[in-house]
Amino acid sequence: MFKKILLAADGSEHSKRSAEHAINLAEKFNGTIEAVYVVDAKSSKEDVLHNVDKYKVKEERQQKIQPVLDLLDNSKVEYNVQMLHGEPGPAIVEYANQHDFDCVVVGSRGLNKLQTMVLGSVSHKLAKHVYCPVLIVK
Amino acid sequence: MKDESYYTTNKRGAKLNLQTIKQNWFGNIKGDVLSGIVVALALIPEAIAFSIIAGVDPMVGLYASFCIAIVIAFIGGRPGMISGATGAMALLMITLIADHGLQYLFAATILTGIIQILFGVFKLSSVMKFVPRSVMVGFVNALAILIFTSQLQHFVGEGWVMYALVGLTLAIIYILPRFTKAIPSTLVAIVVVTAIAIFANFGVRTVGDLGNLTQQLPVFLIPSIPFNFETLMIIFPYSLALAIVGLLESLLTANIVDDMTDTESNKNKESRGQGVANVVTGFFGGMAGCAMIGQSVINVKSGGTGRLSSLVSGVVLMFLIIVLGGVVVQIPMAALAGVMIMVSIGTFDWSSLTNLHKLPRTDAAVMVVTVVTVVVTHDLSKGVLAGVLLSAIFFAAKISKVEVTQIAALEGSKKIYKVYGQVFFASVNDMLDKFDFNDTVKEVEIDLSNAHLWDDSAIGALDKIEMKFEQNNIHVTYSGLNDESKHLKKRIGGFSKASGH
Repeated sequence: MFKKILLAADGSEHSKRSAEHAINLAEKFNGTIEAVYVVDAKSSKEDVLHNVDKYKVKEERQQKIQPVLDLLDNSKVEYNVQMLHGEPGPAIVEYANQHDFDCVVVGSRGLNKLQTMVLGSVSHKLAKHVYCPVLIVK
Repeated sequence: MKDESYYTTNKRGAKLNLQTIKQNWFGNIKGDVLSGIVVALALIPEAIAFSIIAGVDPMVGLYASFCIAIVIAFIGGRPGMISGATGAMALLMITLIADHGLQYLFAATILTGIIQILFGVFKLSSVMKFVPRSVMVGFVNALAILIFTSQLQHFVGEGWVMYALVGLTLAIIYILPRFTKAIPSTLVAIVVVTAIAIFANFGVRTVGDLGNLTQQLPVFLIPSIPFNFETLMIIFPYSLALAIVGLLESLLTANIVDDMTDTESNKNKESRGQGVANVVTGFFGGMAGCAMIGQSVINVKSGGTGRLSSLVSGVVLMFLIIVLGGVVVQIPMAALAGVMIMVSIGTFDWSSLTNLHKLPRTDAAVMVVTVVTVVVTHDLSKGVLAGVLLSAIFFAAKISKVEVTQIAALEGSKKIYKVYGQVFFASVNDMLDKFDFNDTVKEVEIDLSNAHLWDDSAIGALDKIEMKFEQNNIHVTYSGLNDESKHLKKRIGGFSKASGH
């Protein structure tokens, strides 16, 4: 039933908890996980400015979601990592809807607490616009 | 046979090329047109404000943004990137215009373009890697500070109305996006503040008070300057600084757009494109410009990724000026100052402040020195130079630490010195002190397998070591020279005795 799972990851505490739930789900249904990390315009600018080249940029981003990758590495679930560019909400919605996922797992809030209060969060956008079931982890 | 294969690959190459051209132009028509319009609206206030910073009529900046956007659309190396009149360039030309006038600016702009074209033709974009990251961070921070301080003059002698209007502009710019992102908030801010200023009849200073706006297309003109060596000597320093700063900001912006769109771009082609754009701009009455980080981010965020977006932004910009020129001159300076304060806040790299204590001390020092040099000299290129020089010194200091360890062998009659690190002019003095020349041993072996000899100072130092040991009747042998060091030794012909002559 839940064969192909999308996990929205930003390296926050909430995304670690969502990773645990995604892993449980994948183990139960013998599914695979695709961990997705979105780079928005602001971090694009900062990362390029602070790093020597694009390999270093990639390395630093990988490091940001390392806690989530560690959890995935320690499980038996097959997974891969995808870096997307754009606004986190719409970018994940588009990716999820284009690639026929069975379930999207996302934390109730990410790194940016202020923004969740003012704008309505990524999880809210996903719940509204993704076609498949969305699991919001508290 | 050979010719034929050449022909087919060439043909295939040409076909592929045509496909990329088509993709670059028409792969994203709707996104590019919409984002181009958004960018044009955001470009107008900036082009006017940067002209005022430079001390020229608003038309000079508007013509520059128009010409550069259109030329870059065709020959730039990074589709989706927006170029035009920028703050970094405007700040560099203030004294040239004040001392020598507008015609010299046009000439300097053309020369800037020629330097940039040469830069691209000789594929020098990789030289940019010698500009360390901390210098780049210092560069954008200094730029932000200068844009901010350049606005302070507009507040001199103004009453509360000025402050209130600037405050209102900033409030609209920052609060409106929380509710809608459909219309650029800077545009709304300018329209609202202009409307208030006109209807309330505040009598505040407007764009029209600071310069003229002609509602016509730019025309070709040759700068009316004496074509002699003296003129060249006046404009060359400015052009060189403009060329370097322009390329620095353009290539940084290209890297950011590369990352945002997850695609590659040709940096040498971009350098040539920036050069041609500046040459054209100079002949059409515009000031030198370069790529704009803020506008490019707006463009990509609004869905623009192709060459069409830059073309549309240029055309729409000029169209709006021709149609709405009469309204544009009534924009109060307060609204523009507000927009410029927003630009400076957006340009400043705030994360560098929060991370300053985490950075290595030397990196933080380079960043601060770059910023301070620029703020004191008002010249971004001097700041970059100071930053690059300082980090080169730090680098040399860092790698000039040579370790030498001693191992006794053959029951104390022989000693092995192991040398670790880079042996060159800056490190040899330090290294010499680590040898004990008045030793009682008969033989000394210098193990260089973990060392690298870089220059004749290194060879000279080893000769000196050998000589000093020989004076005390201690025989010296070498081991573990790597190939490159061996080659250097052979070429310079050092190691007088131990090399076995």
